[in-house]
Amino acid sequence: MRFELTPRTTVSPVARALAPVAAFITAFLIAGVVIWLMGRSPIAAFDVYVLQPLSDPWSLQELLVKATPLMLIAIGLSYCFRANLWNIGAEGQYVIGAVFGGWLALRTHGTDAGAWVLPAMLLLGIIGGALYGLIPAFLKIRFGVNEILTSLMLVYVAQLFLDYLSRGPWRDPKGFNFPQSVTFDPAATLPSIMEGSRIHWGAIFALVAIVITAIILGRTLFGYRLKLTGDAPRAARFAGFSSKATTMAVFAISGGLAGLAGIVEVSGQIGQLQPSISPGYGFTAITVAYLGRLNPVGILIAALVVALTFIGGESAQILLKLPLDLTQAFQGILLLCVLAADALVSYRIRFVTRGGGK
Amino acid sequence: MFSKTIMGALAGAAALALSAGAASAQQKLKVGFIYVGPVGDHGWSYQHDQGRKAVEKAFGDKVETTYVESVPEADSERAIEQLARTGHGLIFTTSFGFMEPTLKVAKKYPNIKFEHATGFKRAPNLSTYAAKFHEGRYIIGQIAGKMTKSGTIGYVGAFPIPEVISGINSYFLGAQSVNPNVKIKVVWANSWYDPAKEGDAAKALLDQGVDVIAQHTDSPAPIQAAEARGKFGFGQASDMERFAPKAQLTAIVDNWSDYYVARTKAVLDGTWKSEDTWGGLAAHMVVMSPYKNMPDDVKKMAEETEAAIKSGKVNPFKCPVIGQDGKEIECKGNGALSDEQILGMNFYVKGIEDKIPQ
Amino acid sequence: MTTFEAILLTIVTASTPLLIAALGELVTERSGILNLGVEGMMAMGAACSFAAAVTFDSTLIGVAAGILAGAFMAALFALVVLGFAANQVGSGLALTIFGLGLSGLIGAPFVGSRRDPIAPIDIPGLSDIPVVGRLFFEQDLFVYASIALTILIAIYLKRTRSGLTLRSIGENHASAHGLGLPVLRVRFLAILFGGACAGLAGAYLALVYTRFWSPGMTAGRGWIALALVVFAAWRPAWVLVGAYIFGAATVLQLHAQAAQWGIPSQLLSAVPYLATIIALLLLSLRYGRAIGAPGSLGMPFVPDR
Repeated sequence: MRFELTPRTTVSPVARALAPVAAFITAFLIAGVVIWLMGRSPIAAFDVYVLQPLSDPWSLQELLVKATPLMLIAIGLSYCFRANLWNIGAEGQYVIGAVFGGWLALRTHGTDAGAWVLPAMLLLGIIGGALYGLIPAFLKIRFGVNEILTSLMLVYVAQLFLDYLSRGPWRDPKGFNFPQSVTFDPAATLPSIMEGSRIHWGAIFALVAIVITAIILGRTLFGYRLKLTGDAPRAARFAGFSSKATTMAVFAISGGLAGLAGIVEVSGQIGQLQPSISPGYGFTAITVAYLGRLNPVGILIAALVVALTFIGGESAQILLKLPLDLTQAFQGILLLCVLAADALVSYRIRFVTRGGGK
Repeated sequence: MFSKTIMGALAGAAALALSAGAASAQQKLKVGFIYVGPVGDHGWSYQHDQGRKAVEKAFGDKVETTYVESVPEADSERAIEQLARTGHGLIFTTSFGFMEPTLKVAKKYPNIKFEHATGFKRAPNLSTYAAKFHEGRYIIGQIAGKMTKSGTIGYVGAFPIPEVISGINSYFLGAQSVNPNVKIKVVWANSWYDPAKEGDAAKALLDQGVDVIAQHTDSPAPIQAAEARGKFGFGQASDMERFAPKAQLTAIVDNWSDYYVARTKAVLDGTWKSEDTWGGLAAHMVVMSPYKNMPDDVKKMAEETEAAIKSGKVNPFKCPVIGQDGKEIECKGNGALSDEQILGMNFYVKGIEDKIPQ
Repeated sequence: MTTFEAILLTIVTASTPLLIAALGELVTERSGILNLGVEGMMAMGAACSFAAAVTFDSTLIGVAAGILAGAFMAALFALVVLGFAANQVGSGLALTIFGLGLSGLIGAPFVGSRRDPIAPIDIPGLSDIPVVGRLFFEQDLFVYASIALTILIAIYLKRTRSGLTLRSIGENHASAHGLGLPVLRVRFLAILFGGACAGLAGAYLALVYTRFWSPGMTAGRGWIALALVVFAAWRPAWVLVGAYIFGAATVLQLHAQAAQWGIPSQLLSAVPYLATIIALLLLSLRYGRAIGAPGSLGMPFVPDR
């Protein structure tokens, strides 16, 4: 016996909503068996991994803090992926955004520069990320160089560049020669939304980006063009849309948003430049973008879910002493289940006995 | 109105949880550890975890230990705070990059004791600690100076931070003290942990005529490369004899056990104070593994130097220390460079022909 | 052995795992499937091969275990992207996360163990030729296998009927299906082959390159392998060129450091990445835009009737 997929003619919204739930149940059943085999309580694990983070105000805040850069980057990447352009270098664009914006923070350090510094830093972050994103776009349209390779390789170059800056010219002179810059002045620090909370303005930026993207995709010619370029590049060319202009535009947008995420993290969270400023947000955001079906609201939810798997994984290490590798393997299984279930919404499974099918 | 009731209930529950935590904390001290790498790295984080196990062994039922591994430096605040929120009374954060996040969390939780490794920022409830690895490096430098036939010794460094620089200087000064014409070559892996690349770095040194290799990266790959070519090397962080039985002359072993046990005891006894600890061979924070694969006279010399450093008769950075440019380094300590000068070391001593990457 | 020979030997060792993993991914991609899970499959190959080699004290069993582990991971990927027609990019990334985690669990008991080096195979007579002798004729089995694999895959894709089938499925799965070609079966086998190669590359890392296991020891090599397939414009011979350019740049930058030229080490460390971009740019300038990905790459396929 084997099974076949047939496309569904109509996709029910209920099924769309329920598919991820079914995937969660499957993944937790798999994990539950493994944890039970290890002689631990699967119920306690579920409690620590999911229920506690979702019922505790502190963890809910942390969830949003962790999801913020993922949302910003993933929403930008959705532009590229919709146009079938493979920007897998968001991590590098994030770093360069932080470098551009961080430069101003260091230049104005200790100068009482005033309120213009922060907006200018954010703008520089966007510009830096966008420019860095435009390199693979330019190489692609001008010389036909594949963007997968260039965008990925430029990640490593950006990381080494930041490494050089924070160990060399931008090092804190009073910091015992340790590899980090001075801590940013209050004028260069992204404030938190409420006193005492770790949620900073970056979360608002992410939400704004999501709303704007939803409007662009639904209501504008550019959004229409984007869909067309992705679905039918030849048709788009016939319609008079330049795929070159689209390529440049989507790389600039996704690079800019990744750059914004970079400067937001550095200014709102870390508070200084140092050799490592990202735990791989640029790569995780690719998963987030696809988990969210490249849809703005979907990305919002997906980013929160992925953030939950990180925070739940830490809780499981601390409270249940489960190894990190186990929580990471589970994260992978969960994502695979969600993606598989997602596809099932669009297709119907038919079981065919041998000889029954073709 | 409604929300007020809920808030009240939440606050009550939180207070209950807190008091319950405090009650159990009196019976059992929870000690938390944050590691930058995986516990299986067989290097830096592995040695810290050996210290954690020593605490469990020494106090049995009186303590409970927890660790969170592979915590990215850019996103560590949450993990540290989560330890603080889950009833841990003493928290060790074991990498330089955790400095600012530890400081932030320590300010927020004044009743919890924090200990940060290799940093320089302290608070009333935040101590710092590090080990004088350069003392061990002076000894291996002397051994290398005696053992080299080609007259060129090598060093695989991770990153040009002061701790590594002072290690290279101490190693070279040790070699020079027994072999005035010795030369040194340094290669940076730009990674703490990439076994294949570390091995390649060692091979590059061997190819260029080096016959004794010291390393300040975490994996056994460099010393293994030396073994494969029939040359010599030194273990780093842990005893690496099993990886290179013929090549390992000795190893500089990080020993955090005594320190962690002492600090845990201080918390249990109520005598914990914020301090800065910088111990070396005499304090058993740095331990030399058995001297092997060398003639008896070299072994005798090494043992004598070790004893002399312990008793304070020999100091690797005894004045005058001459910089690369031939000028004497200002002597700020008592007959030797001061602790601050060593902790922030940013220059090579005379005789090293390379430049420090800036 | 002269310095020059020694450097060349190191380059060969550094390039071989990249080459093997990239060749496997090339076959997978030629069938129209983009598997971004190379890093995860490689990590599993490294962990399982080392665990098996230590447990049974046999390099051969270790290599077999590495290949099987890679193929197992690939089968999981195939189930999701072929069976359920799920998004390939997302699934590949999820596979990497899963593989890194699972390999950590499998390898944990073997931290601190080591394996003896495997003996290079010496082709008598030929290996005595100066310079090229030891380089070409005294390598370990993996190196010969990787070169043979390159040639075989090139012949397979270009000259055999089955290779033609694979390529046409990758170019346009709808019309291939229309012609009655078994799209899903060919893709399944191509994915398995890619996984087996990634597993073998992982085994090489753990058993030959480092001879011990540690978590995360693949250190991003799976990603480089992916980039090399693109670099090679999906042609086996160019994968070989790309892998050796990258390997050479990696090793030579370390020599440049040891030679004390006073160039920042970060700049030198960036050389392999920049060199790859520049090489690809030059190739594009020389050969124009003929470089193209398989037409159906990354798109899900569901047979309609």
